Amino acid sequence: MEESAQNDSIVGRGNREGADLVRQWFADLNRTAESGGTAAYVFVMGSLTEILRCFGLPVVFPEINSLQTAVRRVAHEYLNQAEDHGYSPDICGYVKADFAVQLRGGEHPMGRIPKPALAVLTNACNTYIKWAEIWERLYHIPVFTLDIPGTRAAGAQTWPGDQDFEHDRAYVQAQLAELIALCERVTGIRFDLDRLRETMGWANRMSQSWRQVLELNRHRPAVFNALTDGTIYLGVANGFRGSAEGGGYFDRLAEEMAYKAARGIGTLTEEQYRLSFVGVPCYPMFRKFSEMFTNWGGAFVHSTYLSFASGGANLGFVYDLARPLESLAEGVLIGVRDAMDSMFFQDRLLLPALDAFHLDGIVFHPVKSCRTTSTGMADARRAVMAARDTASLFIESDMMDRRVVSEAQLKNRIDAFFEGLASRRRQEGASSGLRSRG
Amino acid sequence: MAYAAGVDVGSTQTKAVVLDEAGAIVGRALMDTGANVTLAAETAFQEALRAAGVGEEEVAYVVGTGYGRYRVTFGNSQITEISCHGRGAVHMFPGTRTVLDMGGQDTKAIRVSPAGEIVDFSMNDKCAAGTGRFLGAAASALEIPLDQLGTVALRAERPVRITTTCTVFAESEVLSWLGKGKKIEDILQGVHQSIALRSMGLLRRVGIEPQVTFSGGVARNPGMIAAIEQRLEARMNVSGDSHFMGALGAALFARDRILGTAGVERQA
Repeated sequence: MEESAQNDSIVGRGNREGADLVRQWFADLNRTAESGGTAAYVFVMGSLTEILRCFGLPVVFPEINSLQTAVRRVAHEYLNQAEDHGYSPDICGYVKADFAVQLRGGEHPMGRIPKPALAVLTNACNTYIKWAEIWERLYHIPVFTLDIPGTRAAGAQTWPGDQDFEHDRAYVQAQLAELIALCERVTGIRFDLDRLRETMGWANRMSQSWRQVLELNRHRPAVFNALTDGTIYLGVANGFRGSAEGGGYFDRLAEEMAYKAARGIGTLTEEQYRLSFVGVPCYPMFRKFSEMFTNWGGAFVHSTYLSFASGGANLGFVYDLARPLESLAEGVLIGVRDAMDSMFFQDRLLLPALDAFHLDGIVFHPVKSCRTTSTGMADARRAVMAARDTASLFIESDMMDRRVVSEAQLKNRIDAFFEGLASRRRQEGASSGLRSRG
Repeated sequence: MAYAAGVDVGSTQTKAVVLDEAGAIVGRALMDTGANVTLAAETAFQEALRAAGVGEEEVAYVVGTGYGRYRVTFGNSQITEISCHGRGAVHMFPGTRTVLDMGGQDTKAIRVSPAGEIVDFSMNDKCAAGTGRFLGAAASALEIPLDQLGTVALRAERPVRITTTCTVFAESEVLSWLGKGKKIEDILQGVHQSIALRSMGLLRRVGIEPQVTFSGGVARNPGMIAAIEQRLEARMNVSGDSHFMGALGAALFARDRILGTAGVERQA
């Protein structure tokens, strides 16, 4: 195949196929809803799809449904409806948009969302717990909360083989057994350990490839935009975890990124500044927000979102299929714990990334309606700046609510950040010039 | 001689400064921005040229700044007022390392390098709490001209505590204090202290490094200077021309370009 034809078929494939898969996922959900079927409602931080797929349960991620309303610019209609019902403007926008979807009988811009048969959540986000209580009251469904013992203090993580870790793993494994029993009761399907091995095998494929994809963005120029392209990949990582489609997609994505890296094909034609993004994206103006950076040649090459919202795939953890339940408990414990840590101990993730990804700056983006991801961001920024002389920007907007997103003010701050980066580069150039003359 | 100019189109007022080749201010102008931003920019620029006795063709480079910077249609480039205030402050007071700029809708704390480059900055959130507009609301409720607010506030003996951060609600809080029989100067001092408190929060976020220079339109208010200095426990650099700091910074960037120094703005 001619080089240019090969470029056309490979470059951008991940975005095209990712969008197709997400559309297919919602079309399937729509069919389920229209035929009166139900689904498992799950969350990105610890979805346990490996188990749920064993029972043929379609998975619904209400977080993804909600952000889709913002990307499609109709979130305000859903938020208003929930607020008319009495929900406060100050609570999580994802919760409110989902509640409005429920009030509308599942009506969503991408199709009808089936009602839940059960809800599965973790303690990674405190809002998950209150959110699931809404469905419990609306539908009288069982809600399963997986309690993950998180890292109790920075630097105090335990690992397989440590006594504390083994206690934690046993605690998680016992809860997984309870979930399996619950799924058997809800679906009437008997648990099949070989089917679990199969779903875990696909999750392994996904995790290994996702890890490669993330690391390939160390290349200059960066091979994907961690904010925009990365969010598409995350949709597949969550919606298709534990499936053949998901495993295959990420294999092909890794192939695309390796191809681009080998040929120096970047996400930007002129990459000027390499940046990390901390937090949840500004979905109400998703493309525009990104363009305010790319217009300056700023490329997001790294993002904490790709860690904590990837369902644990970012670690490249490989399940041991010879001891599936024990290994699943290990993987879930490590994955969800990492999701929590990546929000609470951001400096530990960011400081090594400065060198590994050749970062010029870090953009901290607290959002009004998510305190879980936003609280502590100022401390993380302070910690990073105390440890390293690096440029950073702290800008607030929202992940759902366009009423608290001010484009002019965001642009002003972003422009000033880049002016600072330009000054910094000029100074560095001047001092390296002085050094070379010395 | 090649002159440089800076035009700062703020939410309330538009300022223009013209510099000669040596960097001396030879002309300046100040006017209300009003509804026609482009016209305000053009008028302020023309007035500054008249004051300088300089023809437009003699100006080799113009930088627009402020919220209306992209409406400075005759400008050669645009730079944010954050960069411009930092640059202007260090030019006016070379010992400046921290700038507090208080304008009509924005309050910014900016930490700068000795060359006037931004090290870090922090701004008020998406509302006008702690800005000049907050003072405006109080002035309107108390029916006192803006330029007398500070002087009146300095006469306070027992300042009240203004708790709201909402500019709209501030007006009703002021009225409620009036209803309770509080003196106007005590209420006004409360308003000034409320703004000073919020400004300190912004300053602490970027780290307060002396010297601190106060810029923007509100820097002409002696009551605000006193309220901030009291919390800061230090004197600030304040110039009678503090409100021109952004336009001056823009003009200095324009002069850089004439002298062939690389700019910080985005290249077309």
